[in-house]
Amino acid sequence: MNPVDNAFILICAALVMFMTPGLALFYGGLVRNKNVLSTVMHSFMMLGLASVLWAVVGYSLSFGSDIGGLIGGMDFAFLKGVGMGVEGSPADNLPHLTFMIFQCMFAVITPALISGAFAERMKFSGFMVFSAIWLLLVYAPMCHWVWGGGWMGEMGALDFAGGAVVHMSSGAAALACALLLGKRKGYGREPFIPHNLPMTILGAGILWFGWFGFNAGSALAADGLAANAFVTTHMATAAAALSWIVAEWVHGGKATTLGAASGAVAGLVAITPAAGFVTPMAAIVIGLIAGVLCFGGIMLKNRFGYDDALDVVGIHGLGGTFGALATGVFASIGAEGLFMGNAHQLWVQFVSVVATWGYCFIMTVVIFKAVDFIIGMRPSEEDEVRGLDVTQHSETGYQL
Amino acid sequence: MKKIEIITRTFKLDDVKVALSELGVTGMTVTEVKGFGRQGGHKEVYRGAEYQVDFVPKIKIEVVVEDERVAELVREAKEAAFTGNVGDGKIFVSPVDEVIRIRTGETGDEAI
Repeated sequence: MNPVDNAFILICAALVMFMTPGLALFYGGLVRNKNVLSTVMHSFMMLGLASVLWAVVGYSLSFGSDIGGLIGGMDFAFLKGVGMGVEGSPADNLPHLTFMIFQCMFAVITPALISGAFAERMKFSGFMVFSAIWLLLVYAPMCHWVWGGGWMGEMGALDFAGGAVVHMSSGAAALACALLLGKRKGYGREPFIPHNLPMTILGAGILWFGWFGFNAGSALAADGLAANAFVTTHMATAAAALSWIVAEWVHGGKATTLGAASGAVAGLVAITPAAGFVTPMAAIVIGLIAGVLCFGGIMLKNRFGYDDALDVVGIHGLGGTFGALATGVFASIGAEGLFMGNAHQLWVQFVSVVATWGYCFIMTVVIFKAVDFIIGMRPSEEDEVRGLDVTQHSETGYQL
Repeated sequence: MKKIEIITRTFKLDDVKVALSELGVTGMTVTEVKGFGRQGGHKEVYRGAEYQVDFVPKIKIEVVVEDERVAELVREAKEAAFTGNVGDGKIFVSPVDEVIRIRTGETGDEAI
C-alpha cells in the first residue's frame, strides 16, 4: 500500500461525492420552482440508495471475480474481504476499501445523471425502484465490462474515467426514459423556463471542481498520470465553455450563462474517457469540438420531438460518445490512437460505443416497462400540474 | 377629484415621483405590475430554445388630485416618464366619486 496514493484517492473520492449535490443544484435550477425539491431529491437520494446497494452487492457485481467477461462474482458481496489492506484490491497500491469507496461515488452519480431526462414527471417511488434495478442490471455490468476485467476492457477499449460506464450509459438510459415516459404536460405549448439559473451555475462550478477527483483520481495514484488527467480535464472544460457560447453567439446573437455552464459540462463529459490518454493540447481540441457538438445535440430533441427535460442525451450521451471516439483518435499516452497510426483503436472504440448504447438502451426499456407495470412511473396529470414537490414530498422549495 | 394612473418604465419611478412631489403631491401609491402594449414582450433563450415572454415588468403610480390640478400633473408626469422609445407607457385619468381619510373621517378634497 502507498499512503500517498491512499490519501490522494480518498480526497478524490470526496471530490466525486461532491459532484452529486452539485448535480442536484445544476438540475434543480433548471426546472420550474414547483419541481425543485423533487429534482434535487433525485440526485441526493442516490447518495443513500446507490451507496448501500453498492456495498451490499453492486461492488461485487462490478469488481468480483470475472464470470465469462460479463459480470463479477459474489466474492465481495456485503464487502466480504474488502478491508483496510490491499488484499484482493484491484489497485495494489490502495487499501481495498479506498478503491471500493472511490468507485462507489461513480455508481452514485450515474443514475442521478439520468434523472435529468425525466425531471418534473416521474413518481418518486418509481424513480427509486427503477434506479435500484438499473444500478444492478446496467451500471454494474457496464462497470465490470470496462474496468472489472470484462470483455470491453479485454478488447482494449479505452475509457479512462467513465465515458462509457458513466456518460454514455446514462445518456442511453435517458433517451429510453424520455421516450417511454412521454413529454411533460404542456411541453411545446408553454415555456419551461429555468427557475433559478444562479443555482445552475453554482452546480456547474461544483461539477467542474469535483470532476478533478473523477478524472485525476482515475489514475488511481498520486502520479504524473493524475496530473495529466487533471490538466486535460481543466483545459477541455475551459475550451468547451468557450466554444459553446461562441456557437450560441453566432446562432442566436447572445452568449448565455446557461450556455457557458452547459458547455463546461459538455467538455467535462467529453474529456472523461480520454483524460489519461491525451495531451493537454489534444484536450483543448476535444473541448472545442465538444462544445459546438453538444450545442447542436440539444437541438436534436426539438427535431425528434422527445422531451429530454434537462438535455442528458444531448450533453452526456452525445458528449460521452464523442469523447470515446475522440480517445481513439487522439490517444498518445499509454495507448495509441488514429493520429499515432493506430486506426484499430478507433474501431475498438466504435464497437464499445455501439455495445454500450445498445445494451444500456435495451435494458433500460425492459426495466422501465417492468417497474411501470408494477408500481407506475408517471404521476397523475393533476399531480404533475400541481408540481412534484407538494405531491411527492409534501414540501415546497420556496415560501415567497 | 380625479385619479391619475401612470404606467411606465420601472427606472422612471424616481423621476416621476420627484416631478409630482415638486408640484405638491403629498401621497401616491406605487405598484409593480406586468403587462404589454404595442411594444409586446421580449424573447428569452434557454439552451437554444426561444421563449416569448409576453408580460413586461412596469410600475403603476396612482395619485388622486383635485380636478383643477390634473392638466398640470399629467403634463409633468408625461415629461418625466418620457424617453421617446416604444414602451414608455400610458397615463389614465378617471373620475373619483369620494375620498375618505380613515383617521379623521374627512372627505372630498380635504381628504386628499
